[in-house]
Amino acid sequence: MHKTEEISTLRPEKKQSLTDFLTNTEPNISQVERIVSGIAGGGLVAYGLKRRDTAGVLLAALGGLLGLRSATGHCQVYDALGIDQSDASVSEWLKGKIEVQKAVTINKSPAELYRFWRNLENLPQFMNHLEAVAETDSKHSHWKAKAPLGQTVEWDAEITEEVPNELIAWRSTENSDIKNAGRVRFKPTANRGTEVVVHLTYEAPAGRLGALAAKIFGEEPSQQVSEDLRRFKSLMETGLIMKVEGQTSGRIGEVVEEKAKARAQGGNR
Amino acid sequence: MKAVCWMGKHDVRVESVPDPTILNSRDAIIKITTTAICGSDLHLYNGYIPTMEAGDILGHEFMGEVVETGSGVPNLKKGDKVVVPFTIACGNCFYCKKELWSACDNSNPKPETAETLYGYSGSGLFGYSHMMGGFAGGQAEYVRVPFADVGPLKVPDSIEDEKLLFLSDIFPTGYQAAENCNIEEGDTVAIWGAGPVGQFAIKSAFMLGAEKVIVIDHYEDRLRLAREENENVETINFDDKEVYDKILDLTGGRGPDSCIDCVGLESHGTSFDSLLDYAKAYTFLATDRPHALRQAIYCCRKGGTVSIPGVYGGFLDKFPMGAAFGKGLTFKMGQTNMHKYLRPLLEAVEEGKIDPSFVISHRLKLSEAPVAYDRFNTEKDTWRKVVLKPQ
Repeated sequence: MHKTEEISTLRPEKKQSLTDFLTNTEPNISQVERIVSGIAGGGLVAYGLKRRDTAGVLLAALGGLLGLRSATGHCQVYDALGIDQSDASVSEWLKGKIEVQKAVTINKSPAELYRFWRNLENLPQFMNHLEAVAETDSKHSHWKAKAPLGQTVEWDAEITEEVPNELIAWRSTENSDIKNAGRVRFKPTANRGTEVVVHLTYEAPAGRLGALAAKIFGEEPSQQVSEDLRRFKSLMETGLIMKVEGQTSGRIGEVVEEKAKARAQGGNR
Repeated sequence: MKAVCWMGKHDVRVESVPDPTILNSRDAIIKITTTAICGSDLHLYNGYIPTMEAGDILGHEFMGEVVETGSGVPNLKKGDKVVVPFTIACGNCFYCKKELWSACDNSNPKPETAETLYGYSGSGLFGYSHMMGGFAGGQAEYVRVPFADVGPLKVPDSIEDEKLLFLSDIFPTGYQAAENCNIEEGDTVAIWGAGPVGQFAIKSAFMLGAEKVIVIDHYEDRLRLAREENENVETINFDDKEVYDKILDLTGGRGPDSCIDCVGLESHGTSFDSLLDYAKAYTFLATDRPHALRQAIYCCRKGGTVSIPGVYGGFLDKFPMGAAFGKGLTFKMGQTNMHKYLRPLLEAVEEGKIDPSFVISHRLKLSEAPVAYDRFNTEKDTWRKVVLKPQ
């Protein structure tokens, strides 16, 4: 069985008195939230006081609490729910960790699909953003990829787990510029082929702003993984990835004629 | 080469374009000997199908001679005479293996739009918009045929093109429509639309054992052809009579055992330019005009089958779901699973059970395509089926 990393935001239960609960100011919210809470809290106090009615008083009080939350970095509501966000700093948020999970069913056996994928050098055949993968030894490889906005990125990766015909997991090594990890599972079905489930985690080049730019320029990670899996399926089932780019059309015809015309005109002169 | 290009609504031109080339190992290049304009090409001509681009080569009914094959096409050789099915299928995926060829998973390289509209995409089609793959069509001198090891049907040199050409679409389409009715002894089948698909549905219904066929249309020439070509055909001109009452009279008050809608989305002319917007916004405004379909549902007997080969693209308004539920109707529809029918129907032609050339009304040169489209669109009564010859 493969290991799953337990990600828990819940803190172990600890008993405390009501006084402790209300006076506890140990930070448990992030820097970003502290700033947002401060601005929102100030606004609410100003608006509430201006209203001069019961609702206004309540809003001002709420604003005051938000302000306090901002100043101390502690939230009673989070405390009651056992949530601690204090380790998520502004720079963490800006880095933009992206997670994508996609699945496709392929009319081939888990063994055939595993064999193809495990030869990592095959991956650029269907992952269009990859330029090349070179295996350096049985566990290590060097990856080269196209990044958003015409950049190129390279990194080293290691296989962290492999169960023949079932699972392959990999991640970038410590010294890599771009941090990413992936896991692909091959699950047999009774008579529908193999369910291929891919889970990718990575920090986008240029962080969250880079991810936003990528979305604008149509290189959205989730869409990219879907398209990669569609190509993988086609390659495995049919032996090819269907091409329509480069076929003939009246658009090319016009270009051909215009070029011919231009040549003819050039000849006349 | 010369090719018929869609340049915009009501604008079709014969252009000089580069010859097609092999792009995948399982491709073949076919030199077209005979091609035709389909009723569904008029949906493109009238601008109802989204994702067309100026310069797209039209045509999905064609046949010809193999001139070049890729390394993955061992079944064909230069000089073979072939008919090409209009749906493109890989032959390897779950759907192809189940003979649901028109649902092929791998033949549409641009499935995103269809997935947005329908949840999943069907197979790629020749010359039928970019949401169906953007494949160049066969109203041209040459065409590239993908998955040529699976699709093209080798046909005998001894049989003339006009008897074989309609194996590419309308004969199997009419046949599947009739087969979907699960016809039993003594059945009466009512068919809306006496165009070429309707004509083949009539013949197929009889081939499959129907006792009587009722045909509903308002083009008198088409109804006359149905009567001349078949025994036991009754025709109703829906301009003259109350269709429901007439059908009851013709079925002893029972209603037809099954009904076939060979009309589709342009039943009364409509627009679905904003199909994509509608789908994305999840509003449920109508885009297609299902007049014939409503009537078919209403007229069908209890427990009967409504079979729909006519093309629909978007949303239907006032769909009589209550009548369908109240009578426990069965619905069968979809693009034709072409590859399943090619060989059996070729045998029917070889054995002389049917001569499909009876639907042809006009024979023109490929260069005359613009005129052919215009007349086919405006003079439906007499311009029934146009065949184009590149040479």
